Formats: sequence, C-alpha cells, structure tokens
Amino acid sequence: MIENVKELLRAHEGLECDVYLDGENSSRVPDEVVKAMIPYFNQSGYGNPTLTHKPGWEAYETIMESAQKIASFSGCKTLEEINFTPGETEANNLAILGTAASTREKGKKIVISEIEPINVLNVAEMLQKTGFTLTKIPVDEEGFLNLERLKEAVDRETVLVSLSAVNHEIGTVQPIKEAAKIVKEKNATTVFHTDASDAYGKIPFNLQDLGADLATLSSYKISGPRGIGALYVKERVNIEKILEGQIGTQRLWPGVENTPLIVGFTKASELAFENFEQGTDRMRQLRDKLTEGIFSRVSDVLLNGPRGEKRAPDNANISFLRCEGEALTIELSLSGIYVSSGSACSRRLLQPSHVLVAIGRKFDQAHGSILMKVTRFHTEEDINCALNIIPQAVERIRGITGSTGAE
Amino acid sequence: MSRAPLPYNPKILELFQHPKNLGKMEDATVVSVAGNPMCGDMITFYLKINDQDVIERASFESYGCAANIATSSIVTEMIKGMKLEDAWKVSYKNVTDAVGGLPSVKFHCGILAVGALKRAIRKYFENKQSPSWMQPEPSFEEKQALEEEELARMLSKRMKAAEGK
Repeated sequence: MIENVKELLRAHEGLECDVYLDGENSSRVPDEVVKAMIPYFNQSGYGNPTLTHKPGWEAYETIMESAQKIASFSGCKTLEEINFTPGETEANNLAILGTAASTREKGKKIVISEIEPINVLNVAEMLQKTGFTLTKIPVDEEGFLNLERLKEAVDRETVLVSLSAVNHEIGTVQPIKEAAKIVKEKNATTVFHTDASDAYGKIPFNLQDLGADLATLSSYKISGPRGIGALYVKERVNIEKILEGQIGTQRLWPGVENTPLIVGFTKASELAFENFEQGTDRMRQLRDKLTEGIFSRVSDVLLNGPRGEKRAPDNANISFLRCEGEALTIELSLSGIYVSSGSACSRRLLQPSHVLVAIGRKFDQAHGSILMKVTRFHTEEDINCALNIIPQAVERIRGITGSTGAE
Repeated sequence: MSRAPLPYNPKILELFQHPKNLGKMEDATVVSVAGNPMCGDMITFYLKINDQDVIERASFESYGCAANIATSSIVTEMIKGMKLEDAWKVSYKNVTDAVGGLPSVKFHCGILAVGALKRAIRKYFENKQSPSWMQPEPSFEEKQALEEEELARMLSKRMKAAEGK
C-alpha cells in the first residue's frame, strides 16, 4: 500500500501548479501561522497550564489570552464561553451528546436538518438508536432551511436543535438568527446549537446577537492548524462533558491543553478578523473568478447551492456532467490542483453526498460534483492555474466517458 | 461512510492516464453495457468478432473511477485475439491480478468489467446456436452487474418517492 502511494507521489514530481482548494477537508497553513505556533513547542508555554511553575503559567496566560481574542472576534460575552476542543468533530459531538446527557428529564426530541455535516448527522442518528426522536428539517433546492417545518418540529419535549449557520458543502448562508428565534419562541428551554465552522471568519456574525446557546468554531476552516476548534457555550447554559479525565483550564474537555495549536487557531483568527471585509471581499472575488471562469470554459456544468450574497464567499461547488468525480480529482491532482468530490465510494455503489441529494440533485449530477474553497491566502495566479487546468482535465475524463450513459 | 484512501498502484495509474483501446467502435459486431450512471459506474464494450469466433478488436468507454477505467482497459487488452470460448473464461480475479490488485472497495469495478464482457459474448450468440461452453444461467459477474443495477434502480425509486412526499 505505502509503495503504491510513493509511486503516486512520484507521478506528481515537477508540477508547475500547486494549488490547494480542498479547504473543506484540511488546511494549508500559511507561514505566519506556523511561525506563531513554533515557540510554544519548546520555548514558552510548553508546560501544563494547571501547574504551578513558569512554563505552566506561561501556558495559562497564552490560553486565556487566546480565548479572549476568539471570544471577542465571535461576539461572546465572556472568555469562559469559549471551550477549546480538538476540532470541529469533537465540538459537534460535545454539543449534541453533552446536551442530551444534561437534559435527560426534559424530553427526548432532537431536531437537525437534512444537510448537516456527518459529525452532527451521525451523532444524532446514534442518539436516535438509543431512544431519541430525531426530526430532519428539509431544505429547498438551494439548501435553505424550511422554517415552517422547523416551527412544526419543535415542541415541549425538544431538548436540542442543531443547524449549521453556513452549509459546509454548498455554502448556503442560513437565516440562523431567525431559526434560533423560532425555536426559542416554541420552547425557551430548547438548547440551540449551530455549527458555525463555515461562518466564522467568512460571514459577519455575533454570537450574542445570534441567540445560539452553543456554537462550533473551527480552526482549519480559516486556514489555522487541524486538531483544534472550540465550542461556544453561552453563560448559564449547562451541558455535560462527554469524556472523563483530568480537567484543566477547559471544563468540558479533559486532557492537557494543546497550547501551540490554540496559538495557531488564534493567529489564524487574527488574520481573518483584522481585515475582515478586505479578506472576505478577496475570497468572494477569487471564488467568483473561479466559478465564472469554469462556467465560461466548460459546458454542461451545474452550480450547487445559491448564488450571490446568500452564499459563503469561499465556496464553489460545481457538478461536471458526464465526468466522474473521483477520476476528475485524480486527474486534477496530477496537474497540481487539489479538490474533493462530492461522492464517496462504498462497497458497491458510489454514495452521493447527502447534501446534494437533499437539494434534489440526481445521482449522476452528484457523482460529478467538485467542492472547492478559496481562502484569503490564495492568489489570482492560483485561480488562473486552476482555470487553465480544469477545462482540459474535464475534457479528458469526458473523453473516456464518451457516449456511455447518454440517454 | 468511510472515505478509504485509495492507494492505486502504478499499473492502474498508467492505465488511467493512458487507457488502451479507448473509444467507440463504429463497426463493432457487438456492443454491451454494464452498470448505470446512478451507480457512478458504467462501462460500454465494443467487440469486433470474426467468423472464426475470434475477437479481432475490443474497445471501451467508461463513466467511472480510475479503477473502473483501468479494469475496462485491461479487459480489452486481455481478450484481443482470443477465441470467444477463451474470453468467456476470463474471471474478475484474472482482471484484478492483471491490474496488479485493487483496493477492496474497488473489487466491484473488475467484476463489472467482466460482467460487461460476458454480456457482450452472450449477446453475440443471441440469435445463434448457444455454444456448449457457455452456461445458460448468468455467470457470477453477470449476476453481480445485475444486482448493482437493481440496487441503483431501487435507490433512485426511493429518492423519487422521497421527492413526492
């Protein structure tokens, strides 16, 4: 297996382009973020922040200052509302399982949408197996929540509603404040969680104003390091921790705090928020150049998700008809463009993304979907590279498809 | 749903980048199809068969992943110049070996390619006397191809039903 991978990597030698557009699945961390992290491995703050010595106190100071910055960027009331976790998956698990555990007497109903990420969807379905009633709110063809159905779904026994602020695959910016209001009006005790991973640093929002009880923030989705994220827990909202161990500065997540990663997350947040409008304008401009460039150069393409202001500025999700997604990702990689496909191969059938199915895409439309996310660190040149390579890659794969599958 | 890493071997990469016998054959004696676009996996085979029942030429088109493309391509290479009787004996195991092994989630690609081949041979004998070496009941690969297509149809129906609700 490893030999095969070495060969695959050798096939990439000497590439002119090297453009990472797979921000959905990991991050390419900019140098200034890496540089900010390095001292915390061995020069300062490498101690355990709960211990009574200099490296420990340095760590404590660094973590608290980091939490303060992220709290202010996201509009928290206090820094205690920021709880660092090892990432978005863990924060979403904590939000859902931690709420379910703390509200046992109040009811057993959970509401999510049809297009939540699998670290919400699978967790909710796991609870369903243990006796919770799960309702999935449908979305329209652009991925917008059906708020009428949300209103109907929430009742006295609903303990948790979890809805993403921005969809991770198709970039739909949800009316999340309105959704929170609807939920609270139906049941003021229902805990409202939003996975804001694709909103933080990308669209303007303020957690206090949003009306959410819990919100997930992610580091790698803003080009910070992987392995770190945070769950916002509003003052006086109680959820239980889901892992046991030594509790330090983070009351909901045991284990030794990862100070370098927290510093990286904070540095990436600073870069995202220092010139917020400039950065998001830049993302939108590069994303539009990418999308429009593809639409003008390639025939038979579909945009998945909404256009304009109701779409996150970084997200491009395009279906290339008669072009199988996995084959296209490999072809693009061999030319130095790194993207992901909306379908994942199971044993027998290619499983289309549940998000694309929920917005009404047919299987064969979903199979050729490619998800790309631009960052504020991409350049015009990166997008030009992608636009030079994508049309010829699609053409080659379509050449293999030929007349196969034509009606 | 797991996203298994797919460490394709050099042979598959080579066939993906430079597939042999690619493209529609205008003067094909027989054309067969296996899979459908909903599976994310579909192959068309074109065979030129002479009157001695020898495959003179074979070509393919594929809507599918790298493994699908590579296995289809290798099948057309393997059967070129073969008598139909010998081509019928090609199994998905031979194909998997010929491409130097497949990741387990991609076994079905080799099966589908052989399913398409066997359908083509069966189709060739449709209005002729069936040879003794070709069993009347579907081979393993033909059965698997049918199952995959049926599964996709079922899922599609379920989706249509869900849309209507």
